Amino acid sequence: MVNRVVVGAHYGLRDWLVQRVTAAVMALYCVSLAAYLLLQPHPCYDAWTGLFSGQLMRTFTLLFLLCLFYHAWIGIRDIVMDYVKPASVRLVIHVLVILALLLYAIWSVQILWGF
Amino acid sequence: MDNKRPKHLALHHIKLPLSGFVSILHRVSGLILFLVLPLLLLMLQYSLRSIETYTQLLSVLAHPLLKLMLLGLLWAFLHHFCAGLRYLAIDLRYITSLAQARNSSKAVMIVSLALTALAGAKLW
Repeated sequence: MVNRVVVGAHYGLRDWLVQRVTAAVMALYCVSLAAYLLLQPHPCYDAWTGLFSGQLMRTFTLLFLLCLFYHAWIGIRDIVMDYVKPASVRLVIHVLVILALLLYAIWSVQILWGF
Repeated sequence: MDNKRPKHLALHHIKLPLSGFVSILHRVSGLILFLVLPLLLLMLQYSLRSIETYTQLLSVLAHPLLKLMLLGLLWAFLHHFCAGLRYLAIDLRYITSLAQARNSSKAVMIVSLALTALAGAKLW
């Protein structure tokens, strides 16, 4: 048996998995919505709000959006880690991205439950 | 570490294989989609809030330039979607050989561009 000493912050595997699980949820949502739009290419306002007013659809949409924000965080963090070397700039971008995504999450709730 | 080996990072000399091209486009399209997130959320808000904002949104999006931008975003989404499915297939070991890697890269490019063209034809 090899006693491997694993170093690092240990978020690599978890984030790899999260990125794929969120991707699967988003793919499912997108295909469902695309199927709806194929059946009803130009939904009028009543049909459109009717679709999003069900509690199930609101929940599914919020789940999709939260998956999107988490997925985006991992992707953007990877890009910043690859191309932005100065630690101070990197930190500032990370903080701004996290704040933006948190605000988007709050905004999403307001959009979905505010009509 | 003192490495004296020459580096060749003349980007215009490096020719990426197709799978590398798909990969960098996956990253670029993901970044684009992240940057337009507030606009997409705003569009969702306008489409739902009231009949006035709904018609306002539709009339704004009827502008040819905005239609073109929307089509570009649709390509970014479709490419990110298809390339992402390819990575899931690689993770699940459906794609293991070099030939499969190349063919699936070609498929990603063709399918995402074809679907974008199809949507464009419907949009106009």
